Amino acid sequence: MTQAPATNPVVVELKDVHKRFGANHVLKGVSFAIPKGQVVAIIGKSGSGKSTALRCIDRLEIIDSGTIEVCGHAVHDPAIDLRRLRQDVGIVFQSYNLFPHLTVEQNITLAPRAVKGLSGADALAIAERTLRQVGLADKAQAYPEQLSGGQQQRVAIARSLAMEPQVMLFDEVTSALDPQLTGEVLRVIEQLAQGGMTMVLVTHEMEFAARVADTIIYMHEGKVWETGPGQMLREPQTPELRDFLSHGL
Amino acid sequence: MVDGGLNLHHLQFLAVGALWTVCLSLIAFVGGGIAGGAIALCRISPLKPLRWLTIAWIQIIQGTPLLVVLFVCYFGLSIMGLELPGLVAASIAMIIYVSAYLGEIWRGCIEAVPRTQWEAAECLALSRWQRMRLVVLPQALRIATPPTVGFMVQIVKNTSLASIVGFVELVRAGQLINNSTFQPFLVYLIIAAVYFAMCYPLSVWSRRLEQRLHFGQRAAAP
Amino acid sequence: MDYTFDFASVVAAWPQFLEGAWLTIQLSFPATVIGFVMGTLCAIGRRSAVRWLSKLCGAYVEVVRNTPLLVQVFLVFFGLSSLGWKVPAFTAALVALVINVAAYSCEIMRAGMDAIHKGQLEAAECLGLTRRQVYWHVILRPAMEKVYPALTSQFVLLMLATSITSQISVEELTATAARVQSETFRPFEAYILVAVAYLALSLLMRAGLWLFGLAVFTRRRRLGTGVAR
Repeated sequence: MTQAPATNPVVVELKDVHKRFGANHVLKGVSFAIPKGQVVAIIGKSGSGKSTALRCIDRLEIIDSGTIEVCGHAVHDPAIDLRRLRQDVGIVFQSYNLFPHLTVEQNITLAPRAVKGLSGADALAIAERTLRQVGLADKAQAYPEQLSGGQQQRVAIARSLAMEPQVMLFDEVTSALDPQLTGEVLRVIEQLAQGGMTMVLVTHEMEFAARVADTIIYMHEGKVWETGPGQMLREPQTPELRDFLSHGL
Repeated sequence: MVDGGLNLHHLQFLAVGALWTVCLSLIAFVGGGIAGGAIALCRISPLKPLRWLTIAWIQIIQGTPLLVVLFVCYFGLSIMGLELPGLVAASIAMIIYVSAYLGEIWRGCIEAVPRTQWEAAECLALSRWQRMRLVVLPQALRIATPPTVGFMVQIVKNTSLASIVGFVELVRAGQLINNSTFQPFLVYLIIAAVYFAMCYPLSVWSRRLEQRLHFGQRAAAP
Repeated sequence: MDYTFDFASVVAAWPQFLEGAWLTIQLSFPATVIGFVMGTLCAIGRRSAVRWLSKLCGAYVEVVRNTPLLVQVFLVFFGLSSLGWKVPAFTAALVALVINVAAYSCEIMRAGMDAIHKGQLEAAECLGLTRRQVYWHVILRPAMEKVYPALTSQFVLLMLATSITSQISVEELTATAARVQSETFRPFEAYILVAVAYLALSLLMRAGLWLFGLAVFTRRRRLGTGVAR
C-alpha cells in the first residue's frame, strides 16, 4: 500500500457540518480532512449519516451549517459553480445509474463531449482508455441491460473517470451486487487507490476497507466517532465501534 | 350573455341536446361494452380462426375514422331499404367503434393478470371457463376500471359526430341555433363548456382510480 | 334487399380520391410534427417549478382532452373569422389539429418523463451536465423511446381524425367521398372505398413510424425490445 504523506495538500475538508431532514438531525457537527492521494473509508450503521456526508461533498445535499471545501470550491456557498465542482469530483452510486438508452461507450463519452466540449475522437480515446482500466474494453458497444450488475458498476466507474476528476466518491457501490460480483468491482477500486487517486468510500466491506483505506472514519449517530488507520478495526477504542464490528452490519 | 339572439329557449334546446348526448353515450357504452367483452374473449380464444377474425375486426375499425364508419352505417341502412332516424345509425356506428377499442383495452387487462394466476387455477383442476370466471376476470376487472372510465370520455366526445348525420344531440342543437342567431363562436363555446362539464369529472375519476390501483399494487409488492 | 352494388362508377373517380388522400397527408404530417414539438414543450412546462406555467399547461391539456375535436375545429374556424382573420379552411383545420395533438402528446410525453428515475438525473448532474443537457440527453430522449408506441397510436388516431375537417369543407379524403357520392348517387360504395383508403393509409403510417423508430432508437433495434425498461 502506498501511504500518501499527510503533508499533501488537503483536497476535501468538512468543518462542523450539520444537516437536517425535517426533524431528523442526520449530521451533527461532522469534521474531517482528506489530503491529496489518500483513500478514506467511511463506515457505520445505516442511519449513521455516512452516505449523507458523502453526498454533501458533491452538493447532492445542501448542508444547514458548517463549511465544506473541495478542490478549492466552497461547497457550502450557494453561489458555487456546480459544474466546475462536478468536473473535479466523480461519484459512483449504489444503483449504477447508467443511461439505459445509450451504449457503454456513449455513456462514457456523453459528459466529456457535452461538458468539456471534447471532439468525438478525443472522447472515444478516453472511453477506450477508461474501459481498459476497468477491464471492459470488449463491452464498448453493449447496452447497460446486457451487462451484469458488476459490469454495469465498472462502467459507471469508467464514466466518472472519463471526466478526470481530482476526487472520487463511492457510495456503497457494492451493496446492490451479489457476493460473487462484488470482488470484480472492489479490484477496480483497489487499482485506482494504488494509482494515487484521492477517494472517499462509504462501504460495508470491512475487510476491504481495512486493506485499502489509509484512514477509516467510523460514524455513529451523525458524528465522527472514531478515526484511525486500518489497524483501528482490529483494536477499536470505543464500545460503539467494538459493538458495530462484532455485530457486523 | 343574452346579447342579440341567444335567449333562454335556445339554452333549453341545448339542454335537451345534451340529454341526447348522454343517451347516445349510454347506448354506445352498454352496447359497445357487451360487444367489446365478447371481442376481448374471442381475441384470446384458443380457436385460431376466431382469434384471427377478431384481430381483423379490431384492425379494420381502428384503422378507419369513426366518421366514415358512421357514414357507412347510415347509407348502408338506407340501401337496405330502412329509412331509420340518425339515432339508429349513430348508435350502431358507436357500438361498432366502442366494441373494437374496449375489446382491445380489456384484452390487455385480462393478459395483465399474472401468468402464475392462470397456472395456480389450472393446478386446482378448474376448467378453462371456471379459471376465467373465478380467478382471472375478477382480477382483470380491477385493472380494467380506470382505462374503461377513461375511454368513456372518448365515447361522450365522439357522439358529437352523430350531428353530421342529422341526429340532434348537443352539437347539432347548437348548429340549429346558429341558423337563427348567427353567433357560432359563442354557441360553440357554450357547447364546449357543456362537454367539458360532462367529460372532466370522468377524467378525474379515471385518474383517481388509476392512482389507487397503482398504490394498491405497490403496497402489495414485497 | 334488392340492391346491386356498383363500385365501378365510384372507383372511376380515383383521381379525386387520390387528391383527397394527398390533402389528408398534407394535414396529418405537419399537424403531427408541430403538435408533437408543442406538446413536448408543454410537458416541460407542466413539469416546471414555476407554478403558474405548470398550471397553465395543465389547464390547456385538460380543456382540449375533454372537448370533442369537432367542436374544437368549429371554434377555431369561427373564432378566427370572428376575430376578423379570414383564413382558408385548411389553415383553420391545421391549427385545430395542432392544438389537439399537442395536448395528447403533452400527456404522453409527461408520463414518459415522469418515469425517468431520479438517480438518472443525479448521475447526469454529477457529471457536470447543464440543466438543458440533462433534459435533452437523460430525460427527453429516453422518455421518447419509452412512449414511442403510445405516440405512434396517437399519431394514427390524429390522421383518422382529420376526417372531421371535412365539416368545414376541407377537401380531404372524407369530403371527397361526399362529393363523389353526390355525383354518382352511390354513397355506400363511396364510403366503403374511402374506408379502405384510410385503412391503407393507417397501415402505411404504422409501418413508416415503425421504421422511423428503428432508425432513431438504435437500442430498440439492437435488443429487439418493444418497450424500454
